[in-house]
Amino acid sequence: MPKPEHYVAPFDEDAVEVDKIKLDEKPSNLWRDAWRSLRRRPLFYISLAAVAVIVLMALFPTLFTDVAPNDDCHLEFSNAGATEGHPMGFTKRGCDVYARVVWGARTSLAVGLLATLISGVVGIIMGSLAGFYGGWVDSVLSRIGDIFFSIPYILAAVVVMTTLSEYRSVWTLAFAIGGFAWASLARILRSEILRVKSGDFVMASTATGRTKFSTLISHVLPNSITPVIVYLTLSLGGAIVAEATLSFLGVGLGSEVMSWGNDISAAQTSIRTAPMTLIWPSIFLTTTVLAFITLGELVRDALDPKARARG
Amino acid sequence: MLMYVVRRLLQAVPVVIGTTFLIYFMVFSMPGDPILAMFGDKTPSPALYDQLAAQYHLDQPFLVQYGLYMKDLFTGNLGTTFSGESVGAVLSRTFPVTLKLASMAIAIEFCVAVVLGLFAGLRKGKFFDNLTLVIGLIMLSVPIFVLCFLAQYFIAIKWGWASPTVGADTSFSNMLLPAIVLAASLFTTSMRLMRGTVIDTRSRDFVRTAYAKGLPGRRVIPVHVLRNSLIPVVTNSAANFGVLMVGATVTEGIFNVPGVGNTLYQAIIRGEGPTVVSFVTVMVLAYVAINILVDLLYAVLDPRIRYA
Repeated sequence: MPKPEHYVAPFDEDAVEVDKIKLDEKPSNLWRDAWRSLRRRPLFYISLAAVAVIVLMALFPTLFTDVAPNDDCHLEFSNAGATEGHPMGFTKRGCDVYARVVWGARTSLAVGLLATLISGVVGIIMGSLAGFYGGWVDSVLSRIGDIFFSIPYILAAVVVMTTLSEYRSVWTLAFAIGGFAWASLARILRSEILRVKSGDFVMASTATGRTKFSTLISHVLPNSITPVIVYLTLSLGGAIVAEATLSFLGVGLGSEVMSWGNDISAAQTSIRTAPMTLIWPSIFLTTTVLAFITLGELVRDALDPKARARG
Repeated sequence: MLMYVVRRLLQAVPVVIGTTFLIYFMVFSMPGDPILAMFGDKTPSPALYDQLAAQYHLDQPFLVQYGLYMKDLFTGNLGTTFSGESVGAVLSRTFPVTLKLASMAIAIEFCVAVVLGLFAGLRKGKFFDNLTLVIGLIMLSVPIFVLCFLAQYFIAIKWGWASPTVGADTSFSNMLLPAIVLAASLFTTSMRLMRGTVIDTRSRDFVRTAYAKGLPGRRVIPVHVLRNSLIPVVTNSAANFGVLMVGATVTEGIFNVPGVGNTLYQAIIRGEGPTVVSFVTVMVLAYVAINILVDLLYAVLDPRIRYA
């Protein structure tokens, strides 16, 4: 029987691109891959720029406007259109719309970030303890999570803010939103930890004498944090919407605080005569949320490329 | 199946107790006088104060208060609103309107999401797919009250295609605009789910078999791909229900639809704490009930769930 012929590549032939090993490149990991894929998306730069502008507005509103948003109001300009120095016209009380919109960024961002932070901390604690320790800890924490999951968080925040009507501040508002929005995060993290904790490296960690808690903190949590980051980036937009909705309903911050929700609520009575007073803060609110949500979705695509295909 | 129903109902018991307890706890264990706090900067009349104190059993210890409150809740005694009408009567008057609005919104949302998701999935990566992606992203970002005002201003006031407020006339055509707005705020998640499932279903063996048998695309797509992609979208409507309730509250308020949401909206705006608490409790219980119902429906549609 004749031997099958084997093709042997001659030495002088160049290796095909896929076979080459680039020794000078840094080893790839999840974060570097994610960054590489993010860098290629033009939408990433657009939403990042929008976020940067909003953050600048929140930190240094005086960079954008010299007009005082609340004290420089003249009733004779009530609902007046745009004039020199006042590009977006005036509110019903004669305040400069542009100045109010610029100063409003601070409230939205502060409440949004704080609420996301609070729901993140609570969700991570509840989810990781439930997933990692299992048993009765899991039963108790997951039932508590079910309860919070069963209350739409804006409705819960409405009840909290109605009851706490005397103590309205950025903090109470952030607690009212974040304190009820953590349940889905806890669920996501719990199932991720259940998947991760059966890995050999977890057993190796406890076998070398680490306590269970120390293993959770230094090995299990860092390996299951990706969906948490994706969820938190996406929920930042949701928290900003929640703040605006509560302010719009009159149970957010007081009307003396600059907030897009407050301004939209105040402008609704003159929607027929001065629609732009309502539309400008709406545009800023929507653009901000859109920028954060787009950023969150791009981060998700980068960290979990299969997510987009799954829908 | 019976075992599954019993198990699912038993699972709901701690959730119902927990949610009502949580709401009750939030309201009645805050520092200060809970009744005064519920009125904000207003002061209730002494008669109303005594009535509320009796209704919430404030002279009893906290846990007894809660027990009596639960007993009232389940015997249908939900308290009274500020105008003196019982919450039960208000519910029976307003609920049909909300049900109608919600059904219209869900029907519109479902049709739009299924059609757009199907074509986006079939043309994955093409222009139409990217277009729906962008539209979905924008719809996901626009807060519902902004959407309401934009629709009210442009469609109703500026172009005059619909009436800006609904009022007492809750006919189909009059409620179409709020229903469309509500649907628009919901459809992104369903559409994405549909798109993802269609992409997944299209590469399955049974679809390849159908094509291999020589069936034309106009038969394979509706009969094999579409039908098998619908289940996740149906069950997603349960997850949408929470969004729908908040959305309905705002939409009914802005378009003045005389439904449950509008009653809650007016109570929130006017700072009528007791009414807010009653209606939020009812809505949360409805939410729990709907979730059970959808889980059971899911178990009927997909036998694997029953044995999980």
